[in-house]
Amino acid sequence: MTGLYLAGAFSIGALLFFNRKRLINYLLVIAFLILQIGFTIYEYHHINTIELHYFSADALGILLLVTLSIISIPAMYHSYVFMSKSDDNPRHRGIYFAAMVVLLTAISGAYLANHIAVTWIFIELTTLSSSALIYHRRNNRSLEGTWKYVFVCAISITLVFIGILFLSFTLQQAGTDDLSFAVLIKKAPELNLFWLRLAFIFIFTGLTAKLGLVPMYTAGIDAKDKAPSPAGALLSSVLMNMGFVGIFRFYTVIANSPIHNWANHVILIAALLSIFVATVYMTKVKNIKRMFAYSSIEHMGIVMLGLVAGGIGYYAAILHIILHAFVKSSLFFQMGQIYRIYKSKSIYDAGNYFKYNLTGSIVVLLGFFSATAMPPSGLFISEFLIFRSLFEANYLSVLIIVMLLLTIIIWAFGKNIFKLLFSPAVDFKEDDIEKINPVESISQFILLGLVVYLGLNPPAEFVTLIQEAIKNLPL
Amino acid sequence: MTNVLLIIFTISLLYLGIAHRLLTYIKILVFQGLLLFGIAFIELIKIDALNLAFVLLETIVFKAFFIPLFLNYVMKKNRITRDAEPFLPNFVSLILITIIIIATFILSNAIADSRISKIYFVVAISTLFTGLYIIVTRHKIITHVMGYLVIENGVFILSIAVGNEMPMLVNLGILLDIFASVFLLGIFVNKIGDVLKDVDVEQLKNLKD
Repeated sequence: MTGLYLAGAFSIGALLFFNRKRLINYLLVIAFLILQIGFTIYEYHHINTIELHYFSADALGILLLVTLSIISIPAMYHSYVFMSKSDDNPRHRGIYFAAMVVLLTAISGAYLANHIAVTWIFIELTTLSSSALIYHRRNNRSLEGTWKYVFVCAISITLVFIGILFLSFTLQQAGTDDLSFAVLIKKAPELNLFWLRLAFIFIFTGLTAKLGLVPMYTAGIDAKDKAPSPAGALLSSVLMNMGFVGIFRFYTVIANSPIHNWANHVILIAALLSIFVATVYMTKVKNIKRMFAYSSIEHMGIVMLGLVAGGIGYYAAILHIILHAFVKSSLFFQMGQIYRIYKSKSIYDAGNYFKYNLTGSIVVLLGFFSATAMPPSGLFISEFLIFRSLFEANYLSVLIIVMLLLTIIIWAFGKNIFKLLFSPAVDFKEDDIEKINPVESISQFILLGLVVYLGLNPPAEFVTLIQEAIKNLPL
Repeated sequence: MTNVLLIIFTISLLYLGIAHRLLTYIKILVFQGLLLFGIAFIELIKIDALNLAFVLLETIVFKAFFIPLFLNYVMKKNRITRDAEPFLPNFVSLILITIIIIATFILSNAIADSRISKIYFVVAISTLFTGLYIIVTRHKIITHVMGYLVIENGVFILSIAVGNEMPMLVNLGILLDIFASVFLLGIFVNKIGDVLKDVDVEQLKNLKD
């Protein structure tokens, strides 16, 4: 089925690339969505079966695949809205949807791959397809964003490859040449520590470009800013999850080896620096879209802290990454509407949003509460559990610093969001603003509702899957 | 014999540090491609013929011929001036690259592994960091791409070290090489040349907070 899915999805992508007819484009997109959902359901019922040697849907893969399928439907819908509102160039539209389809397929492949080199190939594919999305507007700024993204990603992908090579050095010593994660976990205790340390440093650094942590987070920010908002929603949710999958699977290997503690320290430093960088930029950023992107950096830092702390933190980290994907994608979908009203992303040009788009501003308000982890939101639960695990693991000083930084982030986030919602904008002409159809906000309400539901009252199946996903980690 | 080739490769890195003109950079890349051809030929002679042919073809045709030709074409098309415009004087570059090489030597002492020869590790890692250094300290976008190509050469050397046991990894490395270089060069430098008249990193500093 995986082979069928990959072949089908890539051929749909190719057809979209060559087809210029609007109707056929949309039919192909619908066909892809049906394929994606069908594949997800199939994999859910065939958990842990190995397909094509290199793919197996384990619990983590299933969880994130379902997340991806849920987000892909509104992403395609909002892309449709975006295309119908902007000046329509058939060629650009074809490339946009083709890139979208290839991106989603590559991310799904990376989720399910059980072999580190196969994961790497799919990560490479996501760079290619997301760069086409970032370049969609074809002006100076988007060119700059694309160039930076491609260059930084090319270097980080090379770093990951070097890490894999180091890993293969030590595997030979252990008497195997199989780079699948299952073998790696089994062999982990007997691997050479020098090579393993180097491998971890390189793979972790490389994957931070996709996950959005210090040191390689920079390119992702420009990418999310310059990509059209439905594409930005994918980049800041499911693509970041893909980086998490890569790091998490390799971290599981490391956790079974003697350097677990050392790796924790490395991750802790990266996570703290990420939260710090996010705080600094959140207080001074004036572009709403970039503010959302920095908020993603902060959340990824928190997720990594959960991994470092261990215990209940593992569970909370996976819960957090899933819920964050829903929250951040709905905020980005909403960003498209904000841009259509104000024709600008700057906080100085925006204001009084309640007056112009009531439903949209409710989404922004709820999204703000969710993203800053205020109680009804599910992120509150996961963040609370992560803090608890930090406390239990005796990382008290880390906890205090993180809480202080988070307070500043909430203040900065709130300042900008309330300016957008309530203060009138300077020099804003109300005459010819576009009336936004409330129907366009339904998907955001559903996603935000899902966050509350999964956080406060998680279904038993969901909890079992998360526990299954972290079963290889030592307590 | 491979040791000699690897040492010559390291010396070419030092030359890269003091090179003035972009044309010299391209010539060094050609030279490195030829050296890699020699190293791959001697080391990987035992793997099966098809794989070997692929590897050799990649080094000689792609690294030593196609890419330099293309870089040349891009330079002509965009009328890039011939100077590399480093931020630091060449003398400092030379010292820093020497320090990089010495540091990797010291690091390699930590390897307690008789199966991997240390020279591959030293040359590959110093090539990697030299490439990064060139990216950081040069002014033009095209020199960034050249720095990236140097990094790719380092990765190739590292993958040859395991080439006999895991030929798949060598092929993956080549895949990365072709994919990234064609992508970076083919699509981008052309586009950047079309949109921006003067190809300089100064033009790419609009996106910031």
